[in-house]
Amino acid sequence: MTAATVTVPAVKPGADEGRIGLRANLRHIGALVRRNALQIKQDPQSMMDVLLMPVIFILLFVYVFGGAIAGKGNQHGYIQYLVPGMMAMMGMNIAMAVGTGVNEDFRKGVMDRFRTLPIARSSVLIAKIVVEIGRMLIAIAILLGMGFLLGLEIKGGILALLGAVALATAFGVALMWIFILLGLSVQTPQAVQGMAMLVLMPLQFGSSIFAPTRTMPGWLEGFTEVNPLSNLADAARALLNGQGAVAHPALITLGWTVAITAVTMPLAVAKFRKKT
Amino acid sequence: MTRQTTITQRGNAVEVRGLVKHFGEVKAVDGVDLDVREGTVLGVLGPNGAGKTTLVRCLSTLLVPDAGRAVVAGFDVVRQPRALRRKIGLTGQYASVDEKLSGWENLYMIGRLLDLSRKDARRRADELLERFSLTEAAKRPSAKYSGGMRRRLDLAASMIGRPAVLYLDEPTTGLDPRTRNEVWEEVRRMVADGVTVLLTTQYMEEAEQLADELTVIDRGRVIAEGRVDALKAKVGGRTLQIRPTVPAELDRMVGALAQAGLDGIAGATADHTEGVVNVPIVSDEQLTAVVGLLGQRGFALAGISTHLPSLDEVFLALTGQKTSTAAQEPEQDATDAGDKSLAEVSA
Repeated sequence: MTAATVTVPAVKPGADEGRIGLRANLRHIGALVRRNALQIKQDPQSMMDVLLMPVIFILLFVYVFGGAIAGKGNQHGYIQYLVPGMMAMMGMNIAMAVGTGVNEDFRKGVMDRFRTLPIARSSVLIAKIVVEIGRMLIAIAILLGMGFLLGLEIKGGILALLGAVALATAFGVALMWIFILLGLSVQTPQAVQGMAMLVLMPLQFGSSIFAPTRTMPGWLEGFTEVNPLSNLADAARALLNGQGAVAHPALITLGWTVAITAVTMPLAVAKFRKKT
Repeated sequence: MTRQTTITQRGNAVEVRGLVKHFGEVKAVDGVDLDVREGTVLGVLGPNGAGKTTLVRCLSTLLVPDAGRAVVAGFDVVRQPRALRRKIGLTGQYASVDEKLSGWENLYMIGRLLDLSRKDARRRADELLERFSLTEAAKRPSAKYSGGMRRRLDLAASMIGRPAVLYLDEPTTGLDPRTRNEVWEEVRRMVADGVTVLLTTQYMEEAEQLADELTVIDRGRVIAEGRVDALKAKVGGRTLQIRPTVPAELDRMVGALAQAGLDGIAGATADHTEGVVNVPIVSDEQLTAVVGLLGQRGFALAGISTHLPSLDEVFLALTGQKTSTAAQEPEQDATDAGDKSLAEVSA
């Protein structure tokens, strides 16, 4: 077959394409947020991590390990130490769900539907992130509520508390890009979880979340000093307890937040576009 | 095939020229030309792996073709994908709705994504659920729908934006005959509303039911095209199968048909193993004439049925070749036979 000769009026690439207006984009994101929220309503079990993890973890650590770590009878002091650290951890574990969600969407035909609609492709991802932030805030609220029941005191004041929540959320969003990238790269949601645990476990336990780093060997202490989760935990702890340096760990956390976002967001978006 | 063409964007809702899409070594679409006139249905007939789905995905902006041009509803699929997405609807082999959401929520969401106001999106969702007989199931999660309901919901979802061109990629594959008829009925209604449809299918019968024109593709290339009736005549239409009550009458029936010299009917044959007479026919009039004649002559009939040519028979008639998927096995047999005779020689 010889190539067909085609005469067409010259069309500039993307001539009448333009960008999607901000209002339209917000409307699309709104419709997709509603979709993700309805999915949760339809499948309440998917909220188990948000609802139960803070409760179980706080009880487990305060009563099983608290005495050993902080000394018998000093559980109250340990709560002041643990709860800010767990705020850091919550964000991380909740963020994982965004990876499995993205992965599931691609395994179903619904992504084809979105891609044949005149919407910005990023709106699908942004909607997921908005919903995950909501889940993250609920988990942190439950954690704090549980903490108050067990005698947690916010010594740093309400603004410091909000600052700690904001820092934990910002870092959690940065992590979401890693999980989105992961969700787009592996075959199944189970694989997303498996890979994510490999990253999460050392970061969580090789940190100052559960115990002061003084007793750790030198190399591990060195690791915890750069570990963003340690720094986030330290910053949140200083904010909530109203004592200790805030600026240094907060800056390191923000540095990590920016760095992780700068590297993984473009990769995830590129991968998403390529797949779509 | 050489063709000099001008894409005029007049009269044709879909124009495809020299479209190519390769996946590594696999030439899924390998230089396809086709046109779909506004308001008509083009059937794209081909076996599994012929490139039908890849073609549809290129035309619906899901894949970027490697070469060639395609203009749909006046928009270039590569250069104006976003504008084009307002003009098309796609219903694939796999349901492209959110299974966790109810039928109504799916349609409402798509309405909002198509920039309808809340009120309009609500109204359109109600309207389409009603039209596709899903009102009762509106609030149920679509995961709980039957296969046919989900396909109808998918069609409804494709219709929200009032598309000018609708792609149906094997819309009835995997459906039972009753559900298949329902889907056909919906497609006819959409066509009656003026929608242009590009339909891919593996079934000659589906093409015949729905399509005005037909493009037959195999291994990513067009191997035949034309009006359905013209292609049918080429393929030989249907086979009328008549089963006499008394099997011994087979030959007498063939003789009677041959003597009668009915218009356009030649080559009635007796199949003694099956106990039937096969008569190739191209029209319903011929069917009536044959049955009428046999009745007049006093033959007792136990059964009559008509059969459309299978996809394999269509390919054989159009190209003198079997379909690419069907072709594999006979070749294998031939090699086996060759090996055997070689073995016999050496023994």
